[in-house]
This record gives sequence, structure tokens and C-alpha cells, in this order.
Amino acid sequence: MSLNVEHQSVRTLPSEKPIRLLDNAGHAVRGAASGGFELPELGTLLELYRRMVIARRFDVQVTALTKQGRLATYPSAYGQEACEIGAISAIEARDWFFPTYRDSIALLTRGIEPGDILQSFRGDWHNGYDQHAHRTASQATPLATQALHAVGLAHAARLRHDPIVTMTYLGDGATSEGDAHEAFNFAAVWQTPTVFLVQNNQFAISVPLSRQTRAATLADKAVGYGMPGYHVDGNDVAAVYAVTRAAVERARAGGGPTLIEGLTYRIEAHTNSDDPTRYRQSRDVEHWKRRDPIERLEKYLVSEGALSESVRAEITDAAESVAAHTRDLMTVEAEIDPLELFDHVYARPRAALLEQRARLEAELADAAVRAAAQPTGAGR
Amino acid sequence: MTATTTEHAAPAASAPTQLTMAGALNAALRDAMTGDDRVVVYGEDVGPLGGVFRVTDGLQAQFGEDRIWDSPLAESGIIGTAIGMAMYGMRPVVEMQFDAFSYPAFEQMVSHVAKMRNRTKGRMSLPMVVRIPCAGAIGGVEHHSDSSEAYWTATPGLTVVMPSNPADAYSMLREAIASDDPVVFMEPKSRYWSKAPLSLPVTTAPMDRAVVVREGTDVTLLAYGPTVRTALESADAAAAEGLSIEVVDLRSLSPFDDETVGASVRKTSRAAVIHEAAQFGGYGAEVAARVTERNFHHLAAPVLRITGFDIPFPSPKLEEFHLPTPDRVLAALDTWEWDD
Repeated sequence: MSLNVEHQSVRTLPSEKPIRLLDNAGHAVRGAASGGFELPELGTLLELYRRMVIARRFDVQVTALTKQGRLATYPSAYGQEACEIGAISAIEARDWFFPTYRDSIALLTRGIEPGDILQSFRGDWHNGYDQHAHRTASQATPLATQALHAVGLAHAARLRHDPIVTMTYLGDGATSEGDAHEAFNFAAVWQTPTVFLVQNNQFAISVPLSRQTRAATLADKAVGYGMPGYHVDGNDVAAVYAVTRAAVERARAGGGPTLIEGLTYRIEAHTNSDDPTRYRQSRDVEHWKRRDPIERLEKYLVSEGALSESVRAEITDAAESVAAHTRDLMTVEAEIDPLELFDHVYARPRAALLEQRARLEAELADAAVRAAAQPTGAGR
Repeated sequence: MTATTTEHAAPAASAPTQLTMAGALNAALRDAMTGDDRVVVYGEDVGPLGGVFRVTDGLQAQFGEDRIWDSPLAESGIIGTAIGMAMYGMRPVVEMQFDAFSYPAFEQMVSHVAKMRNRTKGRMSLPMVVRIPCAGAIGGVEHHSDSSEAYWTATPGLTVVMPSNPADAYSMLREAIASDDPVVFMEPKSRYWSKAPLSLPVTTAPMDRAVVVREGTDVTLLAYGPTVRTALESADAAAAEGLSIEVVDLRSLSPFDDETVGASVRKTSRAAVIHEAAQFGGYGAEVAARVTERNFHHLAAPVLRITGFDIPFPSPKLEEFHLPTPDRVLAALDTWEWDD
């Protein structure tokens, strides 16, 4: 294989109206608005529904635990389930995923343990899950930096003729970052098997999209890099799944990267320390709550007779079970070992770090001696 | 892992030939690529051109475009994608064309290259080498002569080394590529064309150790990269005046070899550090502080810093006034009180 890929530029602008397969009333959309994509079959949609319901229950539970002080912070993805779950469901276990801090529910869907996902937000360690085991990078906090990692890993796999795909999520604000540009460009030039999902939730903390870009859609940016771009209704999980699935298949077949914009809305605050009343109207939030991605799919499934009461009860039970498990995990104090601070910085041990480790060990021993010398109950 | 030099997979040693530092680096890359197909090389102009300093000369012709290629011109992109490649299991060796051009990659370096292993409790190492041609004295226009080492050494998680001669250039680059830790490999541009007789492969001291390159009894000069020559020339000049100078080539800036440096300083009881970078907050500040903290009672005088001035790097016609010279070194040593 040569890295000299044939020069093929893609110059078709994405549709200005987002691609949609289910409208807000839960009716199947046909014709031009569907962008030529097929509605996934009922079994797939039911599974997406199940995953979204569980994801939301988890998200709501973690937000509540954060308000109770069990976690240091939690960036909620409430309302973004169609993007989060639709796209992650389009890749396979062998593929690699490069998430951001807001994508915890995608990690849950990928099969990562709630306790491992939440280690970072609880403040136990910066990252809690085994990245190799789950083929999932740590949740990136610096914006768009992870997109380059996704491109690099995809390129390495391609050099090894390993038919995997990398997927990365970005937010609308992240598209202003230089690393987003560099990632899109490297991916297109190298024709890496990478799918970029931009979740346009319309706010970068407090700053609206209009202050990030003059582009008509964020998907339009794809044209400048010579890769396909799709502007998708990000509250329609059927559309998100269908479009990302097609992009994943094209990437796996050697067709290169795709940029997909899912138009959605961040219902919750940026994090628990944010106050959205300072920068947006509650009527806008209410407007978007009426476009809820889960309700939309539910209406369709009910109209198709695919969501019986027993199935609904099974899904609710599964969601409650995840929530209860998460509550149990977060109400137990994590065991932390201060001396571990020194253990993972370098593969090759350093004398200076070992000295500092010994110093902290002595401080801890002194503190233990002092604590033992205190009469019981003292200091209250 | 600790790269043992026996792991260097290379052809049998050749008869000594005069080799430049650029040539030694080229040979190290060639031997590393031959010995390990996970080693890939990319950056700006490293392909058909062979790099602006010719360090990658001939490698693409030998190994093909899947092993060494020209990337788009974007330093953050180069480092960011190298991270992904290392995550997959490759051993990317990437080039920042000039050290001031590495600044766009600062976030990837500091936020990910340095932190990935710690963030993942050691489950995800990034075995990558970032080659950075550095420092001045080549008549470069603005942005072509910076000494950025202190930015990297101030960042926990990075290993930062700088060879001063062709043999170390070969041996340390092989060791850096074999290392599971990410290494910032700084190459002093003004030494690229310095020659030494070499039989390759050559194995010098481990890359985390400083080396005494000239023994002396009165003063320890601590130098690295381009200023090792400055220190050796200073020692020659001082010898004529009856002053015996020991020169330590630090080689490894992070970690710092307290043991070798301390032994020398306790022997001579006087130390000065020499670098091209500006003084304030520079690497020499750390050296002076460490040496003083650990050897105060052995010191007869304060540790001196003999450095570039606290100014942006000058234009070509002015750089000679900025860079530390043997005259400046000896003048600085004269500021100490000498009892004996």
C-alpha cells in the first residue's frame, strides 16, 4: 500500500436541512429529507431505544449524585442520547472510540463499568477504565485533541492492514480549535478510516454556535478537506445510526473519513457548576425538550406495535438496575493510595521521584502517628 | 522498559569512519527502522528531501512511504497523530523542523504525551520520540534558533535528552526509540556537522546519565548540547592560566543525573552551568538550585549561570553577542573569590 492516495476531492455540500428518518411526531420520513438513507429495521431501533433509555437513566442518576456531592463534576448528555448512542452503536468492539468528557453514556453503551467511567469525575484518578481492553481512549478534556489521536491510530491500523475504524466525538465549540482542523485535514490527506461526529448541542458552555462559526452548517466544513460531510438531525437516533453506520462501512472498505454533524441541544447545564439562566431562555430549553430523542423513537415503536408493555417493563428494570448499581458504587468511598501518585509517571523509574515518594511516605507515617496520639473524639 | 543497549539491532560494527552528528542520527534511524518494523518516521520534508538538515536522507528510498513519509505541515497534527500511532503499538519518531516550530504542538505535548501514562496508571505508554533541532549559532533568521528545553523539562512525564557529539547522537537516539517513555530528543543544530571517527553501532553511556568529558580539579562546568564545546574550549583556555576545569556533559536534562553531577561538584567545590537559552527561569536555574541544595556544604562559591541574555533570540548578525563564549565563561569564573 502506498500513502500516495489518488487525489479525489469531494465537493458536494451537505444538505442544509438535517437528514431525518423519523420526524418529531415519530413518523417515518421518506424522500429527499431522508438523504437517501434507509430507516433501520425495527429490531435495531428497539435496541437503540433500550440503550437510550438506560443511558438517560444513568445520566440522570449521575447528575443527582453529583448534586449530592458524590462526584466532583459531571457533564451531562441529557437530550443528546440520539447522537451519543446512535453513533457508538454503529461501530464494533474491535474499533476504537475517542470520546470527550461529555460522552460518558456512550462509554456505558460500549460496555464500560459505571464505576470505571466515573472514577475521573469522582476525583479518584484521571482515568478509570482499561483503554486497550475497551478500545476506548480516555475522555478528553482539552477540546479536539483526541481527534488527532483517532486519526493517528487509524493510520497506524491502516499501515498494518488491520480493518478497524476509529470514531471520535467533538462538540460544536471544538470545531473552532486548531486541532479539529488538523485532524480533519490529516484524516482526509491520509484517507484514514475515521468517523468524526460533531455533536452540535448549540452551546460551548455559554457561547452560542453563532459565535463559533459563520458556516451554514458545521458539516459544510467537510468540503474544504475533501471528505464527505453529513448534516443530520441529532435528535433522530435512526438518522444518526444510519448515517454513521454508512460512514463506518465506507471507512472500513478504504473509503476514508467522514464528518457528521448531529444537530441537537444540551438540555442540562454544561456541568453542575454552570448557570445556564445567564445565557439562554428557559423557553428555548422547553422547545428542545419537546423534541426529545427518546420520546420520538418511542412514538414510532409504539405505532409499529414493537414496544409491548412487557418489553417496556424489561427496559425500565434494566435502567433502574444500572442506576441502583451506580448509586451503590458512588456511595462507597473509593480507596485511594497517595503513594500511587509516583508509580505511573514514567516506565523507567526515576531517582528523584523515588525520593519524593519516600518523603510523602514519611509525611503519611508522621500523620498516622499524630492521629494515633490524639485522644478519641478530639478535634471535633 | 529500560532500553538496554544490547537490544540495538544493527549490523556488525564497521571500521571507524568520520561521521557527522547528522550522519550518526541518520544511521541510528536506519538501524532502528531495520531492527523494528514498528518504528515509523514522519514530519515535514523528511521524505524525498531527507529533512532540512538531511537527518532522514535516503531513508524513504530504502524503507518506502509506509515507513517514512511527509506529513501535512502542522506540528500539533504531527504530535497528535503520533500519540494515536503509539497507542496502537507503533514507535513513531517524528520531527519538529525547528524548535520554535514545535510550539503549535505544545498542548499535545504537555496535555497528552506527558500525561498519558500516568493518566492510565501505566496501562498506556507512549513509546514515541519527538526530534527537535534546537539552539542557535547557524545564522538562522527569527524562529530558527530557539532553546526551548526548559518548556519540556518543566513538564513531568517527559524525558528530555540532548546529545553533544556524533557517538552520543547515535547511541542515545537508539535508546530513545527503544524506550517505552516518550522522549524529547533535542539536536543542537550547530553540532550537526561536527565530526568524529565512529564504528557503528556504538553504545555510549545510558541516556539518563551525565558524563564527565574532561577531568579537572578546580571548577565543574555543567554543559549540554552546543555548550559542551564551549565548556571544553573554556577548559583549554583556563588550563593555560593554571585553572583545572572539569566538564560534565549533562546529556539528560530530565531526569537530571544528581549522582554524577554531585560527585564532580563535591570534588571541585565550584560549579557553573552553561546554556544558550535565556537565564531567567531557564534550565540553569534548576541546575543551580539542585546542585546548591544537595551540595551546599561542599561549595566554596555560589553556582553560576552563564547563559544567553534575557532577550528573544537575536538576528544572525547579532547572535554572536548573545551566545555564551569561552571568554564569557572565564570572565564569569573570575567573579568568584579565589582564596588560594
